[in-house]
Amino acid sequence: MAATAIVPAGKVRTPRARGGMTKKRASDWVLLVAVILGALVVMVPFYLILVNAFKSPIDYATSGPFALPQAIDFTGIQNFWVRVNFPEKVWNSIFISGTVAVLAVLISLLNAFAIGVGRVRGRSWIVLLFLMANLLPQEALLYPLYYMFKSVHLYDSVWSVIIVFTVIQAAFGTYLLASVLGTFPKEVLEAASIDGATRWQILWRVVFPITRPTLSVLLIFFFIWTWNEFLIPLTFLPSNANQTVPVAISVLTGDRLMDVTTTAGAALLSIIPTIIFFLIFQRTLTRGITAGAVK
Amino acid sequence: MSVITRAERGARTKLPPEEPLIPQRTRGTAGYWLYLLPGFVLLLVIVVIPLFFNIYLTFTKWRGVRTPEFIGLENWFKIFTDEDFWTSFTNSIWMVLAMVVIPTTIGLIVAALLFDVVGRKFGGKVGSFLRATYYLPQILPIAVAGIVIGWMFRPGATGSVNQMLAVFGIPAYDWLGQMPSALLVLMGVLVWVQIGYPVVVFMAALQRVDPELYEAAELDGANWYQRFTAITLSIIRPEVFVVTLTCTIAALKVFGPVYIITQGGPAGATLVPAYYAYTEFFTKRNIGYGATIATVLTVLVVIVSIIFIRVQNSMERKERAGL
Repeated sequence: MAATAIVPAGKVRTPRARGGMTKKRASDWVLLVAVILGALVVMVPFYLILVNAFKSPIDYATSGPFALPQAIDFTGIQNFWVRVNFPEKVWNSIFISGTVAVLAVLISLLNAFAIGVGRVRGRSWIVLLFLMANLLPQEALLYPLYYMFKSVHLYDSVWSVIIVFTVIQAAFGTYLLASVLGTFPKEVLEAASIDGATRWQILWRVVFPITRPTLSVLLIFFFIWTWNEFLIPLTFLPSNANQTVPVAISVLTGDRLMDVTTTAGAALLSIIPTIIFFLIFQRTLTRGITAGAVK
Repeated sequence: MSVITRAERGARTKLPPEEPLIPQRTRGTAGYWLYLLPGFVLLLVIVVIPLFFNIYLTFTKWRGVRTPEFIGLENWFKIFTDEDFWTSFTNSIWMVLAMVVIPTTIGLIVAALLFDVVGRKFGGKVGSFLRATYYLPQILPIAVAGIVIGWMFRPGATGSVNQMLAVFGIPAYDWLGQMPSALLVLMGVLVWVQIGYPVVVFMAALQRVDPELYEAAELDGANWYQRFTAITLSIIRPEVFVVTLTCTIAALKVFGPVYIITQGGPAGATLVPAYYAYTEFFTKRNIGYGATIATVLTVLVVIVSIIFIRVQNSMERKERAGL
């Protein structure tokens, strides 16, 4: 996935509500059809997942991949569910992504407080350092980390993945939050200080509540990014019991022996959590993504 | 562009050190370093030390057990004669084409159409719905996307794509087993996955435009293409830049789709640096050489990132000067 630049959004202006639509010309219809055709092409793989997940292997063999199922059949989904112990994989993914999201937001906030509010010396270099840490290819850290985790017996433990992603995500969070806190209203902080609040109290009683919308956008992004990660979980979590959803499905299909309906069932099951998540947080998400480059 | 920190700006113009935002009762800002401590320790252990360890490994021969054997620059000389190495970095150019050039171009056109034509004439609901459709592949875990495309392009008569072609009397084709189709399929997947990102970002950027501007242009007789070049492109230029660079970095680092769809095959023709380094680490156990490939990739990513940061800073400065 692309590194999605996010910024705590201000309000994104919705297109102005218009009284009536402008007159539609023939060329407008042609362009509309073109955009819809494009969207349909984008949807083809999703269509294939959906129809084939509910076919029996025999149905698939006779009617092919494009036809609708003759009868709703759960063999493929069931196969995958049982073979990979799906609930366990979902739990692993939720546990890893959830822990990473919370820890990374916490560390981002602490870092950004020192950089943005505390204005520590050399902060521009510190921010740059964190940004670079986030942009580095994971391959450059992969083997040393693999070796380190092996020697401290964290290899094949979900905590290895949690630690790595906490650092990588927090690096991005620091970069982003530091600029947000750099413009924090000074009067508010001064007022709190005059009232006798310590720095620690100001952080938790003033800065934290006010930046909460930004923090929640970060939290959701960290969760989804970690959920979709592949290389690090693949390398550090070899045993079945610790795998995440994307790794489990890739390991299972890697042997190329799995039949099509099971593959489709697997794909369907592994998209469902992300789609549910997407629907729940759609508003926050679109706000975050769209704010990427918008002032 | 708001992804710039005040801190960076401060560094560029060499301003005197700014006061912390909270008035100081005791002198100095030393106490703030405590807040950075956990972040720094983690960064040091998980990123900085491994990074230097990895660079050290480029000067060694190591199978992963016992101690690494120092061999000087041997790995660095090897890359010049290693065909796979050059194939993998040449393929990075194709990855950039598939993840940056094509999606950004299509994204520009789709975003402009959705905003200027669909949203304006057929209602915002239709526009948002279509936007969501284009965005859908982005929320798919890349591994799952790869697997689905993998079975669509299965060889022989059982593959979905081959079945579709059979309708037109085209014989079954071994898509992933030969070049250039294996590379084309891989690129197709990346375009498909990537397309939603520019569409969503560009459409958000277009919110800054007053729709009446388009209407006025239309009344003056400007056709769609003229409106696109005169209004759309000039307004979303900063976003085009951000998307181009973040996606370029992502394209250089691409791993998952290659691992799942082609495994670098046929015969190493679709190798990319990230996947090549991975196989050297864990399949062939040439850790020193894998580290060398990873280091070259890192240097490349760092160069692109520095360009990104510099241009962004200068754009920010220009913007401020214009105000």
